[in-house]
Amino acid sequence: MRAFKILLITFIFFTVPLQINSAEKVELLKTDWSFKGPLGKFDRSSLQRGYQVYTEVCAACHSMKYLSYRNLMEKGGPEFSEAQAKSIAASFEVTDGPNADGEMFSRPARLSDKFPMPYPNEKAAQAANGGAYPPDMSVLAKARKGGVDYLYSVLLGYTEPPAGVTLDEGVYYNKFMYGNKIKMPKVLEDDLIEYGDGTLATEEQMAKDVVTFLMWSAEPHLEARHKMGFRAIIYLTILTILVYFSMKKIWSRVESEV
Amino acid sequence: MSDHNYTPKSKFGKWFNDRLPLLSLANHLTDYPTPKNLNYWWTFGGILTFCLITQIVTGLTLAMHYIAHADMAFDSVEHIMRDVNYGWLIRYIHSNGASMFFLAVYIHIFRSLFYGSYKAPREIIWILGIIIYLLMMAAAFMGYVLPWGQMSFWGATVITNLFSAIPLVGEGIVTWLWGGYSVDNPTLTRFFTLHYLIPFLILGLVVLHIWALHVPGNNNPVGIDIKKPSKDTVPFHPYIVIKDTFALLMFMIIFAFFVFYSPNVLGHADNYIEANPMVTPAHIVPEWYLLPFYAILRSVPDKLLGVIAMLSAILILAALPWLDTSKIRSAVFRPLYRQFYWILVLDVLVLGYVGAMPAEGLYLLIARVATAYYFAHFLIILPLLGFKEKTLPLPFSISDPVLGGSANLSMAKSDKKEG
Repeated sequence: MRAFKILLITFIFFTVPLQINSAEKVELLKTDWSFKGPLGKFDRSSLQRGYQVYTEVCAACHSMKYLSYRNLMEKGGPEFSEAQAKSIAASFEVTDGPNADGEMFSRPARLSDKFPMPYPNEKAAQAANGGAYPPDMSVLAKARKGGVDYLYSVLLGYTEPPAGVTLDEGVYYNKFMYGNKIKMPKVLEDDLIEYGDGTLATEEQMAKDVVTFLMWSAEPHLEARHKMGFRAIIYLTILTILVYFSMKKIWSRVESEV
Repeated sequence: MSDHNYTPKSKFGKWFNDRLPLLSLANHLTDYPTPKNLNYWWTFGGILTFCLITQIVTGLTLAMHYIAHADMAFDSVEHIMRDVNYGWLIRYIHSNGASMFFLAVYIHIFRSLFYGSYKAPREIIWILGIIIYLLMMAAAFMGYVLPWGQMSFWGATVITNLFSAIPLVGEGIVTWLWGGYSVDNPTLTRFFTLHYLIPFLILGLVVLHIWALHVPGNNNPVGIDIKKPSKDTVPFHPYIVIKDTFALLMFMIIFAFFVFYSPNVLGHADNYIEANPMVTPAHIVPEWYLLPFYAILRSVPDKLLGVIAMLSAILILAALPWLDTSKIRSAVFRPLYRQFYWILVLDVLVLGYVGAMPAEGLYLLIARVATAYYFAHFLIILPLLGFKEKTLPLPFSISDPVLGGSANLSMAKSDKKEG
C-alpha cells in the first residue's frame, strides 16, 4: 500500500494549495434543515408557511410553472387537506377556453391547474424588473450551486455596499449573490406577513420556510426517496452478508482464499 | 474451447442442440475454467455488464416519457421527475448509472494496466475494450445533452465546435453535425437517436469482448499462462458467479447511496436551468469522467493540436500492447513499472482535477506538465522499461511454490490483499 500512500499524499499536496488560492468564497449561512440526512423529512408546518410566503411575496414576480394545486395535498409535500387545497386553488383565477362560443373565459382555478404565471411572457417579466428575468422557482433549489444554503443566504444577505462599490439604479448589494450584485430588492422584513399558525414571522423564519418549500418543489418525492433508499440499503446489506457466507462456503472447497 | 464433446442428457435437448448449440454455449459458460487466484479487481467485468443492462432498461423506460424537442425536453424531464410513477427513481438510476458505469470502467482499465492484461495473446480483447470505451463516452456525452439544460446546451456547443478545428472542411462538418447553424432542435433529435443506438452497439461489442476473452481465457494477478482446466482453475459457476455477485452487491450499495441520498452531487447545478442560447454559463465543464481529456484539450494552445492531443490520448491506448515492450505481464513482478503505474494514476487524477478548474495560471501550467507526462508514460517510459527493467522471477504456476525463493510469493500475496 506504500505506493498508494505516496499517491494520496502527493495528490493532497497538489490540491490543497490550489484550493486555498481559489478560496475567496464566502461561507454560506447555515440553518438546520429537517430534510437533510438519510431519514430527513420535510417539516410539514414549515412547508405550509413556506407556501404562504411564496404566494404572498415571491409569486408577485416568480413563476412556479411545474407545480399544480393538487401537489399541495400530495403525500410528502405540505399536505394541505383536499378541502384546503381546493379553496387555495379557487382563490386564483385562470384563463380557460375557448368555450362553445369561441371565447376565452376566466374561472376559479381547480386542483388540476398549474400555478398561474405572474407575467404573460418573459419580455413582460423583464420589462417589469429592470431588464432582469425573475427565474422560475420550481427547481431553483437544485439549479444553484450551494442549493438551499445558497438561497437562504441570498435572502438574508442584503447589506449596504462596501466603500468604493457603486451601484446602478435598481441594483442591490448582496453578500452571497454571485458577483454581489442583484436586481431583486430586499423583500423580507420582520412581520412582513402574518403566519396562519401564529409563528413569529421573523426574516430568518420566513427565509427558512420559503426555502424549505422550494426544496420540496424541486424534489417533490424527496421523502419517498429517502425512505426507499433506507430500505434498499438495508436489504442490500443483508443480502451482501448472506452472499458473503455462501461464497466462503463454496470457496472452502478450493485451497485458495477469496 | 473444450466443449465440443458436450451432449445434452435429454432427447429433446440433443435434438435442439444439434440444430442450435445454445446448450453447448450455456455449458461452456458454466464450466469455463477461470484462474482461481483472481482478486476483486477482476469482478468489474461482471459489474460493467450489470451497468450496461441497467442503463439500457432504465433508458428504454425514460424514452417512453421523454420528448426529444428543444421546447419540450426540459419540461418532459421534469414531468418524469414529478408525475411519472417512480420516474424520479428511474431517472436518478440512469443519470447516476452513467457515473457508476465510468467509475467501473476506469477501475477495469486500470486493472488491465496493472496486471498487463492487454498483452499477447489478449490484444484484440483490449482493442475491443477501447472501442467500447470510446462509444461509452459518445453515448454519455449525448445523453447529457438530452435534458436540455444549460450545461447540456453549452457542453454540446463546445464539443461539437471542436470539429471546426479540422482544416478546410471543419466549419462545414460542424454545420452538418448540428443540422443547422447552431445547436438546436435538429441537434437534439439526432443526439437522441444516436444515444438510443449506441448502447446496442456497445452490447454487440461486449459480446465480442467476452468471446475474445474466452479464447485465451482470463489473465490473472500473477500474469503467467496457466493450463486449463487444471488445479489452477475453477469452473466459472459457481465459484466466479458467487464472487462476482458479492462484489456486485457491494457496488450496488455504493450506487444506492448516490441514487437515494445524493442524486445530484455528480451533476452540475446549471443543468437544472433550461437551455438558453443567449446566456453562457460562467464555467462550462463536462461530466467528471471526461475531465482528464478536457484538461488535455485545453492544455494545448492551438485548437487543432488540442483536439489531436485529446484524441491521441485515447487512441494511444489501442497501441499499448506494442508500446509496452516487457514480456512480463503482471506489475507484481515489475518493480519499476509498479512505481510508474502509480505515477500514471496520479497523473490522470491531477488531469481530472485541473480539467474542472479554469484554464489559467497555475492550473494551466499543471495541466501542461501532466499532459506531457501522460504521453511520455506511453511513448517513452513503457517502451524503454521493457529493456531496462530487472523483473522478479516468475512462479511456475499459481498453485506451485515460487521459483527462486519465497520473497516473491509474499509479494504476490500482499498484492492480492490490496485487491
